[in-house]
Amino acid sequence: MYRIADKKILNPTVIQLHIEAPLVANKAKPGQFIILRVDEEGERIPLTVAGCDKENGTVKIIYQVVGSTTKKLSQKEKGDYIQDFVGPLGTPTRLENLKKVCVIGGGVGSAIAMPIAEKLCEMGAEVTSIIGFRNRDLVILEEEFKKCSNRLYVMTDDGSYGEKGNVTAPLVKLLEEGEKFDMIITIGPLIMMKFVVQSARPFGVPVTVSMNPIMIDGTGMCGGCRLTLNVDGKKVTKFACVDGPDFNGYEVDFDEAMSRGRMYSDFERHAYEESCNLFNKEVL
Amino acid sequence: MANMSPKRNEMPTQAPYERASNFKEVALGYTEDVAIDEANRCLNCKNMPCVDGCPVKIHIPEFISKIREGDFEGAYQIISKSSSLPAVCGRVCPQETQCESKCVRGIKGESVGIGRLERFVADWHNTFATSDPKKAEPNGHKVAVVGSGPSGLTCAGDLAKKGYAVTVFEALHTPGGVLVYGIPEFRLPKSIVAKEVETLRKLGVDIETNVVIGKTLTVDELFDMGCEAVFIGSGAGLPNFMSIPGEALKGVYSANEFLTRSNLMKAYKENSDTPIMKGGRVAVVGGGNVAMDAARSALRLGAKKVYIIYRRSMSELPARREEVEHAIEEGIEMQLLTNPVEILGYNNPNDPRDSRNGFVTGIRCIKMELGEPDEKGRRRPVEVEGSEFEIKVDTVIMSIGTSPNPLIKSTTEGLEVNSRGGIVVNEEGQTTRHGVYAGGDAVTGAATVISAMGAGKRAAQSIDEYLSKE
Repeated sequence: MYRIADKKILNPTVIQLHIEAPLVANKAKPGQFIILRVDEEGERIPLTVAGCDKENGTVKIIYQVVGSTTKKLSQKEKGDYIQDFVGPLGTPTRLENLKKVCVIGGGVGSAIAMPIAEKLCEMGAEVTSIIGFRNRDLVILEEEFKKCSNRLYVMTDDGSYGEKGNVTAPLVKLLEEGEKFDMIITIGPLIMMKFVVQSARPFGVPVTVSMNPIMIDGTGMCGGCRLTLNVDGKKVTKFACVDGPDFNGYEVDFDEAMSRGRMYSDFERHAYEESCNLFNKEVL
Repeated sequence: MANMSPKRNEMPTQAPYERASNFKEVALGYTEDVAIDEANRCLNCKNMPCVDGCPVKIHIPEFISKIREGDFEGAYQIISKSSSLPAVCGRVCPQETQCESKCVRGIKGESVGIGRLERFVADWHNTFATSDPKKAEPNGHKVAVVGSGPSGLTCAGDLAKKGYAVTVFEALHTPGGVLVYGIPEFRLPKSIVAKEVETLRKLGVDIETNVVIGKTLTVDELFDMGCEAVFIGSGAGLPNFMSIPGEALKGVYSANEFLTRSNLMKAYKENSDTPIMKGGRVAVVGGGNVAMDAARSALRLGAKKVYIIYRRSMSELPARREEVEHAIEEGIEMQLLTNPVEILGYNNPNDPRDSRNGFVTGIRCIKMELGEPDEKGRRRPVEVEGSEFEIKVDTVIMSIGTSPNPLIKSTTEGLEVNSRGGIVVNEEGQTTRHGVYAGGDAVTGAATVISAMGAGKRAAQSIDEYLSKE
């Protein structure tokens, strides 16, 4: 069992937890993920590490309440325990030798982009951060990004905060103005990452994307997290849990990944509605 | 009195129509009387050919003699000297190609039902035994075991019985490895595995779940923590796919994923949180035990029709005969000498938002015939030109083997692997790295539970010799 050392609500649907897991805290690097189970009957869900505190042996995770499992997790309070917590899984984001980087986070993906921006800042790289949200209420981690970025653009879809527009707008503007990034690192919804890649393509800037597909074990056993890369015109199957989660954005077949991500959407909607009903009944 | 019946006592089973819709165990086990009757068929041969056929060298005639005397606990004690998981082996070992294939009674009739007797003894012990196993005197040595599948548990059990302080590290949340994520409930109930694991704990084995060696801790760190030897039994890894079009469609699973969802993640239970595609029509590609398990699980999850697609013929099917027979009895259709060429999916060109887009609708196959034998002597299947046909299915389960897991080799210096990614070991189970041993699927690629147990046992012996010398 793993204790929740701290809990903070970042916006109406996004929650930050610090979980006591010293072995994981000791090892986790930006870009890696963990898998947790809330209780004995629960699903295994992968969440990317948002930071860790080696001294206190805690791992920070930030998640959005989207389905029945994250809903159940959101009912847990500081001092409560969760059943399982394993990691760090996947390979860390490769940051060596990067001097000038654009970090792009979308929605809760910003939480995962943040430790990367922090690490780059610590390494002395010049960091441009672009974070995008649907609206003002959903903006998270703005202060944290400010601290580790030379430039920060906050975008909202409806213009209720920061600038109105997609994360690609400032990216394209910067690239057109002649900015030469060594690398663009982007984490967020698949559709956003797909458009970041499309925007960067004419400028020939390398793009690293962080994939977060459906997976079970996270150690290279089940194969559920497979995705297709187009490498030099050849289709190659890779597994996000051991080969990723980071991939060369130009090689990823995003349309296929998006389709696969919807495999259980009916089931999930049903489970979520059921769990909502359950909680409603408890309230009554 | 010896029982000279040429036929063995039949194993009572749930009726096929009944079991095809539940996850309860298929085989029900011998009663005491039947077990004694079957034990009386054993001739107690002096040269014990059966023992030669057993990868862990159980003293078979000796335990059967105890059954004959009605001393079931005595029989258990004899088995447990050689095997740490008798209730598991009695169920999933391919005895027909091992101990039973050497049985003298098999020459003129059916061999003694050794596996069935082993299972009876283990179940009897698990139901009636009252005394806990005795912990050995600690010998002061510390050993780490990576993976709690059949090889790891065997290695751990054998070392604990010799007084070693053993810690088993398991990546998943439940110990048992393939015994819990792979083999389904109706063939090996999870409560049986839990009981065997409990027995090992009572022997003093410490099991740490949620630790991925190669990630959470490295092999080097295990040595830093005071372990003097490490056994790697991390199992098979990444599932293989065929590289045919359509394998990324929704509704295509690896057998590992399908079985893990059903078994470990309990999708076989009603009201489970784990989503799985159930019902509809299912094609399982492959002919091993895992393919049979996947097909029979799909049936029990409510499939209307299940096909097994295998490119060779019935006589080459690698699965155990008994499993194939059970599958056919339950109504699974064998599409033999058939190979998939493409998985077909739904695509509505007029509506990209159609929720059916990207889901499997069928599988296109080609007929095969057997040609010249390959290097292993198996006749190579070749395509019959122009014989392509389609089968309508909603789910496709690929069960064509696995490649060893890359996590440990990539983080352990000095650990050599072969071209297929299997860890290289010598006859003693020792790897190219001093103090590190390995066995099971991590070495051989996908194989059987008992061969993994045999490897775990051999490694335990080598580790004992190595550390006794130090």
